[in-house]
Amino acid sequence: MDVLSRYEPLIDDFAAFEAACERPLPSVVRVNGIKATPGRARTALDAEGIEHEPCGWHPGLLELDTDHPGRTWGAFHGWLHGQEEVSALPATVCDPEPGERVWAACAAPGGKDRNLGRLSALRFNAERLGVTSMAVTNRDARNYSLNPFDFDEFDRALCDVPCSCEGTIRKNPDAPEQWSLGYLDEIASTQEAILRRAIQTTRPGGTVVYSTCTFAPEENEAVLDRALDREDCSSGRASASIRACGEPSGSIPT
Amino acid sequence: MSEPSDGLAENHGSRFDRLPATPAEREVAGRATREAVLDFWDERYGIDPSVFADYSFWEKGSRKLWAFRGAIDSPIAIESLGITFLRTRQEHWKPTTDAVQRFGRHATRNVLTLSREAARRFVAGEDQAIEWDGDWGYLIVAHDLAGEREPLGVGLYLHGELRSQIPKGRRRELEGVDVDEP
Ligand SMILES: C[S@@+](CC[C@H](N)C(=O)[O-])C[C@H]1O[C@@H](n2cnc3c(N)ncnc32)[C@H](O)[C@@H]1O
Repeated sequence: MDVLSRYEPLIDDFAAFEAACERPLPSVVRVNGIKATPGRARTALDAEGIEHEPCGWHPGLLELDTDHPGRTWGAFHGWLHGQEEVSALPATVCDPEPGERVWAACAAPGGKDRNLGRLSALRFNAERLGVTSMAVTNRDARNYSLNPFDFDEFDRALCDVPCSCEGTIRKNPDAPEQWSLGYLDEIASTQEAILRRAIQTTRPGGTVVYSTCTFAPEENEAVLDRALDREDCSSGRASASIRACGEPSGSIPT
Repeated sequence: MSEPSDGLAENHGSRFDRLPATPAEREVAGRATREAVLDFWDERYGIDPSVFADYSFWEKGSRKLWAFRGAIDSPIAIESLGITFLRTRQEHWKPTTDAVQRFGRHATRNVLTLSREAARRFVAGEDQAIEWDGDWGYLIVAHDLAGEREPLGVGLYLHGELRSQIPKGRRRELEGVDVDEP
């Protein structure tokens, strides 16, 4: 079954959607504010002769004219971190204040399974970027215990949950190949458990952000509906006006 | 595990213990103190102790120290806490690449600033002959980038040679165009 054709009844201009899915992803980096300002990072790129264009909606995002953003002085110094433009959205919406405690429930980069390799990748990135205020634990977020810590709630939580990754189709055209309705059911119950645990561990009045890289309503709206029903919380409204380089602007309610 | 002869406990490999403030508060034999760590950065690199005012220092594993921005109860058994920043196993303490990249811009001593070409060789992991009439041992190695000095990592300077200490996973071959080669 063609994964995306499921969405035909839901999308007004389906041809435009398909065309968007086929457009290649630009090479985007995020400037790491711990180590450099966007201005200094851009001056360093100029010195290397690498063209760059700010992504407009987010002052720290730059589109680079190179296929190897990792092979720059900025990347070596941890001033730049390669990431997809939309990956900056969850943190922008989460928007923690200085001094707040944030739980990144699924902080390890990449795929669906939990494994130690992902944990070392997370640590490697964090150290290169100079993130000194982070504590890393290796636990299942579905029944996460705050036991090792001397506090019993978070101010905010970010659930960048494992998912069917339909939305990574621009980066990796074969992404949806292992896709099945059975998988959606299975992953949705993991997602719901992670989100509910995040709500339970967040203080009253705190903020929980849920993000996936999939279009599937089973993994998005349906998971939120169940969590809203079953936990003591309500949905909030946040809007980030995202305007991808060279693409029309839109606004994402959460 | 056998007790060291002075009756102090041993260092633990699977949890983080906060460094004692001074030798008088030490409970684990040979563990560095916060005071000694601050003195080290100050004496060796001229980094003022106030730079670390908001940081707590921790040990996990054999004489590997970590810097965490914030306070949390000690001990704590987790995967990581802040960043690794100093190895104290040998007689000469050795800062990590990540610590030097994070805190090295405050240094005023024992900083060796390289030309762009020498910096390229340094981050590729090469050893090179360099003139330097300062101290030998572990230096903060830097270059000028976008108008200011920026630390690259740690170099071991001995007998006219600078040995790159950039760990394998952090080495890069950077062959940019560099229009403003210093
Ligand atoms: C979409 S990725 C997160 C990407 C990450 N936030 C980033 O920006 O690089 C989802 C991650 O959740 C992890 N994961 C899967 N099941 C989990 C669980 N039950 N508890 C915690 N993490 C889990 C996976 O290993 C994967 O690394």
